[in-house]
This record gives sequence, C-alpha cells and structure tokens, in this order.
Amino acid sequence: MAEILIKGVAKSFGSFTALHSIDLTIADQEFMVLLGASGCGKTTLLRIIAGLESPTQGEVWIGGKRVDQLPPRERGIAMVFQNYAVFPHLTVYENIAFGLRMKKLPQAEVDTRVKRTAELMHIEQLLKRYSGQLSGGQRQRVAVARALAMEPDVILMDEPLSNLDALLRLEMRAELKGVLANSKTTTIYVTHDQVEAMSLADRISVMNGGHIVQAASPVEVYRNPAARFVGSFIGNPPMNFLPAARNGDGRYQVAGIALDGPSSGGAKLEFAIRPEDLTIAAGGLKATARVIEPLGAHTLVTSEVDGKLFRAVLDSDLKVAPGDELSLVPKPDRVRWFDPETTRAVN
Amino acid sequence: MNSKTLPYLLLAPATIFLVVFFLWPFLQIAWLAFTTEGGFTMQHFQTMAGNWKFWPTFWNTVILAAIVVPLQLVMALAMAQVVAKLKTTRNTILYIFTIPLGLSDLAAGIIWLAIFEQSGFLNSMLVGLGVVDKPILFLGYQNLWVIFIAVILAELWRATAIVMVILVSGMGLIPKEYYEAAEVFGAGPWKRFVKVTLPMLKPSIQTAMILRTIAAFEVFAVVVALGGTTLPVLVGETFNWQFALNDRNVAAAFALVILAISIAATLVFLRVLRTPKGATL
Repeated sequence: MAEILIKGVAKSFGSFTALHSIDLTIADQEFMVLLGASGCGKTTLLRIIAGLESPTQGEVWIGGKRVDQLPPRERGIAMVFQNYAVFPHLTVYENIAFGLRMKKLPQAEVDTRVKRTAELMHIEQLLKRYSGQLSGGQRQRVAVARALAMEPDVILMDEPLSNLDALLRLEMRAELKGVLANSKTTTIYVTHDQVEAMSLADRISVMNGGHIVQAASPVEVYRNPAARFVGSFIGNPPMNFLPAARNGDGRYQVAGIALDGPSSGGAKLEFAIRPEDLTIAAGGLKATARVIEPLGAHTLVTSEVDGKLFRAVLDSDLKVAPGDELSLVPKPDRVRWFDPETTRAVN
Repeated sequence: MNSKTLPYLLLAPATIFLVVFFLWPFLQIAWLAFTTEGGFTMQHFQTMAGNWKFWPTFWNTVILAAIVVPLQLVMALAMAQVVAKLKTTRNTILYIFTIPLGLSDLAAGIIWLAIFEQSGFLNSMLVGLGVVDKPILFLGYQNLWVIFIAVILAELWRATAIVMVILVSGMGLIPKEYYEAAEVFGAGPWKRFVKVTLPMLKPSIQTAMILRTIAAFEVFAVVVALGGTTLPVLVGETFNWQFALNDRNVAAAFALVILAISIAATLVFLRVLRTPKGATL
C-alpha cells in the first residue's frame, strides 16, 4: 500500500519559484502522469518526491509515512532516469542487482529477481553485457528492470521515453503500461508528451508555471479542461477560442451567431470548441479557409473566424479550397466556456 | 590536399619530435650500455650490478615509490572529493592545493631541509618548547629511516597535487545522474564513493598512477637535498657514474634500468586498471 500525499509543497531556487504550494493525492497503484511544458515544475516535483531535491515548504507522505526529511534510499521508491543512468562499469546483471545488493539480499534472491525482471523486460540475453554495448532502447529496458527488481512501493519515471526514436517509443509505451499495471506499484511519470500522457495515465496532472492546473482522468482533461491553458495545451490541434459577450436575451454572441451559454457566466466569456466538434451546416460560424491539410482520415482546415485563427477537423470527402467561405456549426454539448479574467472553466 | 596524406602530415610534427628527442637519445643510451669498442657486451650491466651500492639503490627507489604513490593516491582522492564538493571557494582551494607544483623539486627539497636540518625549524621549535636540550641531528647516516620519512613527506607535499588535478578533472566528467541513481537505489555516501566514483574514475586513476610512478622512479633532487649520498637512488647513481666516476656506459645501463621498471609499472597499471570493452561512458 503506497498512497502518496503531497501537502503544500513549494520550491524556490533563489528568487525563482519553481513550485507554488502543490497539493496532490496519488492513490495506491495509481498511474499518475505529470504533464507540462519544460520549466513547468514537473521534474522538480518528481525529484522532491524522490528526495533528490528538498522542498522549501510542505510535506511529502508515502504509504502513511512522512518522508520529506528522509534520504531517497529510505523512501521505498525506485526511479527511471531520463538518460537511463545505467552504470557503465557494471554489467546489465549487476546494474539490475545494484539496489538488491545495497539491501544485502541473499545471492539466491538477487539472482531470482534479476532473472525474473530481465525476462519481463526481454533482456535476459543481455545480462553479461556492459551498457556501452547496448542500444538506447536496451538501456531503457535495463533501467526499468533495475527499478522493477526493487519491488518498490513507488516507481518514479522522469521522461523515460524521450530519448528513444519515435517507433521505439510507441513500442516501449505499450510495454511499460502492461508491465507497470501487473507490478501493482504506484507510478508517477513525468512527460511533456501529451499523447504519452493520455495513453498511459489513470490520471493526468497538467502543470503550468509551478501550479497543478488540473488533475483528472485523460478523457476528463481532454473533454472538460478546467482552465483555458489545459484546452490549449492538450489536443493536437488544440482547442479553438473566440471571445463571447452576453446579449440582451441572455445568450452569448460569438462571431456573429448567438449560442446558449452557462447560466453563471458573466458579461464576457470565452467560447471554446475542439476542432473535431465542428460540422458544416447552415447558420454556423463564418470562416474563411486559409490552409487545407488532407490527413487521410480527416482534413485539417485552418481558417479565419472574425480575424482569429480557427481550426476544424472535417471529413476528408469535403471539397474545400483556400479562400472558400465555410459555415462551421459547433456541437452544442461539446462547447466549453472560460472566464477571460481567471481563465477557469465556467459551467 | 589528399585526404589520405593528411593524417600522416598531421602526425609528422609529433613523430619528428619523438624521433629526435626520444628515440634517438634512447638508441644512443642503449648503444652505450650494450657495447664496448664497437662490440656487444653485458660488461657494463655486470659492473653496475656487481657494485655493492646497486641493490640498496634499486630497493630504495622502488620502496620509496611503493610508499609515496599509494599515499598520494589516497590523499589526492580525499583532496579531490573536498574540491568537488565545494561550490563557491572551489577554485581558491584548488589553487592553494596546487601551489607546491610550481616549485622545482630541488627547491622543495631545500624547504624540507630547512625544516629538518640541525639548525632548522623543527629543531628550533623543539628547543624553544624545551622538548630537547640541544638540536638533534635528524638527517645523519645513523638515522636512514628519518631521511626516508623526510623524503616521503617532501614528495607527498610536492607532487600530490598533480594526482589531485587529474582526479578532479576526472570527477567532473562523471554525470550527476549516476550518483542520483545510486542514491535512489540505496547507496549511502561511502557506497557511492566506492561503487560509483572509484570505478568511474578508473581511467583518471590509471593516468595519474602511471604518471606519478614514473616520476617517483626518477626521484633525485629532493633526495640529494635531504640525504646527500646517504640515501642512494637510481637517478642519483646514474648521475654519479656519469659525472663523478666518468663511466658513461654504466650510467647508460642505470638509465635503462629506470626505463625498464617504468615500462614494467606502466604495463601493470594498464593491465590492472583496464576498462572492459563496452564499459566506458
């Protein structure tokens, strides 16, 4: 059982504040992804949980024990590093065995665990090699095997796939998901790749500027962004935004059409819609097509609505050319609204 | 420029330098050591080994190196650890540690002579404190071991910093992530030193050991300053045969003995501290 509690954790480096009072609970055996652009504080948060960085303020609890004053080795964690950190002077076998030897486990136990995790990661034929004789993907497998061999309560992963080429990343992603689900550990996984985050996570914590903007399931984060930032960061292409103003009869005026808005909304709101939630029909937003990108299954149309960039993912059978006038109707149940002042969602 | 000739052209200056200043003198020495009146002979080596001073000289040199070099390694590792841990005063401490490197070995020997001689600092202090009534003759021929210790101290003071400089630069090359991984996987500070620093520093240790051991076999001026001829060493004897006894052939034989033990030590270090294939950064 290893639930992780983060209470009011803040971190400053001199005058720069990397984390602003973070509160987060990660359930036992949950796969939590910390997602954000570089510099958002996600790696700092992970390193604070690992004990490689100490928080300026706040508490970290793992499995009911306060750990923020303990060294990493007393926290019951294992970690996979971005550059793997597979020891070059040790064989693959000794790399996987490293943590077990530090725990002074009997040789028979070490041997069993090394062989079992090596098999799990499909590197049993590489046990006698040194890391200099391995490919990037193989080193990655060794790093994961070394973490799994510890049978830790918590596995921390710092952008573990970012140094692999695209194809390998896809393969490792699926494999990691399976292996970690079976290992029954709590996992915290840092990435800047939203596709990786969506495909792996039980929950995603989207981070920006040292804050957690939203922590929710991948679909929730995608469909109901808690803030404008989440909608603009997640999804490729991201959400479209247009300014909206309440008219006399309580509806919102968006680029020349009136839409039903939230009852609690103020005089000015921001209208948001995902590009795939638009259809071509009469009475929609008037858009002038600028760039047409056929993608096979769909066609991505970048257009201009009311002088603003506006993207739509449309059926690829649609015949459209740059300069064409389109009428784009948003699906009513997919429209989202944000407060332009606070940038938070308004329901 | 032809791409095939370019590498040779670039190698040429170093090759010429080595041929003129190393290979040619070496051949001359070898010629001197192995010939007499144009014919091959082992006579000079027999003269050398037959002299009663040869074996004491040989063992003095080897034992000095065997004590000084390991001590220097241990001290340099400690000093390098200190320097590597420092943040703000790193360069200042590094410069202070390396000051003795700027002195010639004769000057270093004289400094330690000023400490140990009969009218030296150590005696003045002991008399001043009332520990002894009159100055003690530390560096006399009756106390060979004191001269030995004085030479060891002078050598440690003079040449440990060069080992440290090599180790500091080697430590700088070890990525931080390895220490963090070791820490996460259960290694405390001592285990991190033994399991990460030492093995990953092996190439630097190898370089430093080869460099220092060869230099230790060539110890001369410090010994002359502190012990005169009371503590004979190989280079001292080479000098003696060349200039005092005017026998260039036996001096050449001595030079070849120094070369032989230097090569032997180098081969041992290359073998013992080798890095297995693929086990590099």
